[in-house]
Amino acid sequence: MTGMATPLPAPRIRLSRRILAESLAMHGGLWLVCAGLFVFLSLPLATLLIRSFEDKAGAFVGLANFVQYVQTPALARSTLNTLTFACLTTLITLPLAFAFAYAIQRTRIPAKGLWRSIALIPILAPSLMAALSFIYLFGNQGALKFVLGWFGVATIYGLPGMVLAMSFAAFPHAVMILLAAMALSDARLYEAAESMGTRAWRRFLTITLPGAKYGLISAAMVVFTMAVSEFGVPKVIGGNYPVLAIDIYKQVIGQQNFQMGAVVGLVLLLPAVIAFAVDQQVRRRQQALMTARSVPYVPRRSRGRDRVALAFVILVSAAMLTVMGMAVFGSFVKLWPYNLALTLAHYTYGFEEANVEHAYRNSLVMAAWCAAFGAAITFAGAYWVEKTRGAELLRPLIRLQAMLPMAVPGMVLGIGYILFFNAPANPLNFLYGTMAILVVCTVVHFYSSSHLTAVTALKQLDAEFESVSASLKVPFYKTFWRVTVPVCLPTILDISRYYFVNAMTTISAVVFLYSPKTMLAAISILQLDEAGAIGSAAAMATLIVATSAVVTVVTLAAESLLLARTQKWRVQART
Amino acid sequence: MSPDPVVDALKIESVHKAFGSFVALQSIDLTITPGEMVCFVGPSGCGKTTLLRIIAGLERQTSGRVVQNGRDVSDAPPAARDYGIVFQSYALFPNLTIADNVAYGLVNRRRGRAEIVARVKELLTLVGLPDAGGKYPGQLSGGQQQRIALARALATSPSLLLLDEPLSALDAKVRERLRGEIRALQRRLKVTTIMVTHDQEEALSMSDRVVVMRHGAIEQIGSPQDVYERPATPFVADFLGKVNVLKGVSSGPGRYRVGQTELDLPVDGFAPGDAVRIYLRPEDRHIEGDLTQLPNRLSGRVDHIEYLGTVCLAEVMCERLGCSMVVSMSLNQLHDLGIREGGDLVFALRTDRVRVFGEALAT
Repeated sequence: MTGMATPLPAPRIRLSRRILAESLAMHGGLWLVCAGLFVFLSLPLATLLIRSFEDKAGAFVGLANFVQYVQTPALARSTLNTLTFACLTTLITLPLAFAFAYAIQRTRIPAKGLWRSIALIPILAPSLMAALSFIYLFGNQGALKFVLGWFGVATIYGLPGMVLAMSFAAFPHAVMILLAAMALSDARLYEAAESMGTRAWRRFLTITLPGAKYGLISAAMVVFTMAVSEFGVPKVIGGNYPVLAIDIYKQVIGQQNFQMGAVVGLVLLLPAVIAFAVDQQVRRRQQALMTARSVPYVPRRSRGRDRVALAFVILVSAAMLTVMGMAVFGSFVKLWPYNLALTLAHYTYGFEEANVEHAYRNSLVMAAWCAAFGAAITFAGAYWVEKTRGAELLRPLIRLQAMLPMAVPGMVLGIGYILFFNAPANPLNFLYGTMAILVVCTVVHFYSSSHLTAVTALKQLDAEFESVSASLKVPFYKTFWRVTVPVCLPTILDISRYYFVNAMTTISAVVFLYSPKTMLAAISILQLDEAGAIGSAAAMATLIVATSAVVTVVTLAAESLLLARTQKWRVQART
Repeated sequence: MSPDPVVDALKIESVHKAFGSFVALQSIDLTITPGEMVCFVGPSGCGKTTLLRIIAGLERQTSGRVVQNGRDVSDAPPAARDYGIVFQSYALFPNLTIADNVAYGLVNRRRGRAEIVARVKELLTLVGLPDAGGKYPGQLSGGQQQRIALARALATSPSLLLLDEPLSALDAKVRERLRGEIRALQRRLKVTTIMVTHDQEEALSMSDRVVVMRHGAIEQIGSPQDVYERPATPFVADFLGKVNVLKGVSSGPGRYRVGQTELDLPVDGFAPGDAVRIYLRPEDRHIEGDLTQLPNRLSGRVDHIEYLGTVCLAEVMCERLGCSMVVSMSLNQLHDLGIREGGDLVFALRTDRVRVFGEALAT
């Protein structure tokens, strides 16, 4: 045809240096993210897996360690204990969280924002703070110890205390999921039901409950996983009720038996992975529900219902404030409950005596690093995966690894880190015992949620920004800097805050990795508690809550200021 | 062939694209001359957007070549090609002002500040929004945003303009107005333009040439008049505009039996007994004046009249054809001839544009 008749000029693609640099940056970034996750997540977990099949000398012994585990009655009992603890916690937390979320989303009670904020307070605290409060209230010197007798409970130490404290710690996580699940509801379903004369109770059973079904399952899985992998609460209030997380700690730190620690870690991983798989399945289905266009449901006034709801919400909030406030109050009194004179001694001499004065500062430094470095790397990583082209094989690999931390309990990640980084042959061995490894481990530990948040924000941007800037010959990193980052700034700040608060409160993974120099505030609570200095333990917990709260309030205020000043376009776009 | 002094603006040679086992495009050949406006039209999934994205370098073809202004860009990344692009979603940067959006590609070329300001002013005037520079995209209507997107794409004076369903997200009225404006602008700037659309009316009214696509292949390339009046395949006839399809059998040179009647059509090439489909548009009819001398006269009862404003469509049940035909007429004709639902209508077929296809082709 014509193409044959008129010879075309020799192809001359002039790939300028800039274009080459750009494609290098595109692929390089992806490789970097993938390699980072591989080294700091997959390899430690793989090491854990391998070590569970080896003996102390490193020889392959097949399933011998697992056989020994099953034949050790104490360890097998812990498994049962862990499941009992997690199931009871879920059974108590879920109905309360559901009722609370229902009251917020489906009734017309006043001051919803206030109740919601109170319910979310425990997120700002280490999970064991509630345990400290329950010791103050119902412990051996507890002011309300006599109440235990009414329920036929001899002591708060053990399963009862663990379940109570864990329910408080897990409550806000369940509430957040259920609030989101119940925010999406189609008013037209209720209108249709009403027009057919369906009674309120039946509407609840046939519309409300099925609508919240996925949220309920998802919340149950999250609470269950939290309890299964919880370390702080059983450590403080567990008494003689051993659970897996405690066993791992004893095996690894107490007996230096890394192989058995790895085995118990894998046993712990199993329920967490199952719960994660169920949750993922459920979330996918819920997304299908969400895509349908629906008319939002606006609750109507109903005096009786609203009164009951308000009473319930006030009761829960009061319990929340009492439990949180008890530890705070306890940290300021001389000797609970005998000498209630106020003092700052627990914050000064108490820390000095236990040699943990530097722990709080360490935590601040680590949290600041996690907030800055974690948010930057998570957002950039999500951007590279979602918005660049090329290297298609790497993308699913990164996505898979990004979701993995959600399924891995912190304790398991922690042992993986010890086994991997503490090996003398590992060139990264120098990281062991440093602040850097605490930062990296914490960022990896909380990577999944942050990654998902970033991906959601990026997906809301027009998919063609990158195509447009390529056609205008503007390199992708310029558009990233001029458009993507400014538009997503609120999300980046959210991620940053999430990392900060979690770095302040986390115990489970870093408990294996700190050195005397890098002792963290949350971990020092355990040490103080073990030394019998419950006042100072409460003081440290109070410092953490106060810091998280201040940072949260300050960043939220800064965010809204920033929105008003630099994001003029957003406000105007809404009008 | 005589050597062509003008280099083709774009030459696509046996471009093939597969996504896994799904073939999105199969050996596409197409040449576009400078200053031409070409529309890719077809149903969703026909490969028109994939082809546009391959031209833009946003997708990589599995095989084949893309040559722009005599330069092989088959393997070049988007930034190494020369085009401006406008998307259905506008893709304006929400945090930048309109002026900054339009200047986005200019800033990178290290032009003087005054020069950029002047160019932005010129472009905003060109698209009819001279005072929008200080606003943000969120403050403009959809149609205005799309004009800004057009200005941004044209800012760097690319030799090729790509429009990916640019009007599909807009209201009907705005769409119609913008259709004319884009075409006028394209003519004025003489910029080679490719537009992807699923709207046949848009394709017919805006382009110099229409490329009708289906199942990843080109069905027909031609002027709007060509593809509408002389569709090469039953699919093209059916996709562009309304059409009556009559099932018939060839009964001799130019003669076709349909139902109980025999039509006299200026189309040959079938052996007697061949099953055929006869494609006639609603306007391929005579309804005024003395019809008695005309061949292919038909009559029937008007079952239904569809008012579309100036044009009306009457569905006429023709007993002798054994089927209904849709006949179009102006509103004036409707009233002048007293055509009403339930009444009778006599008409003769206008056979100069009739298309006859073998049964096997008409799937």
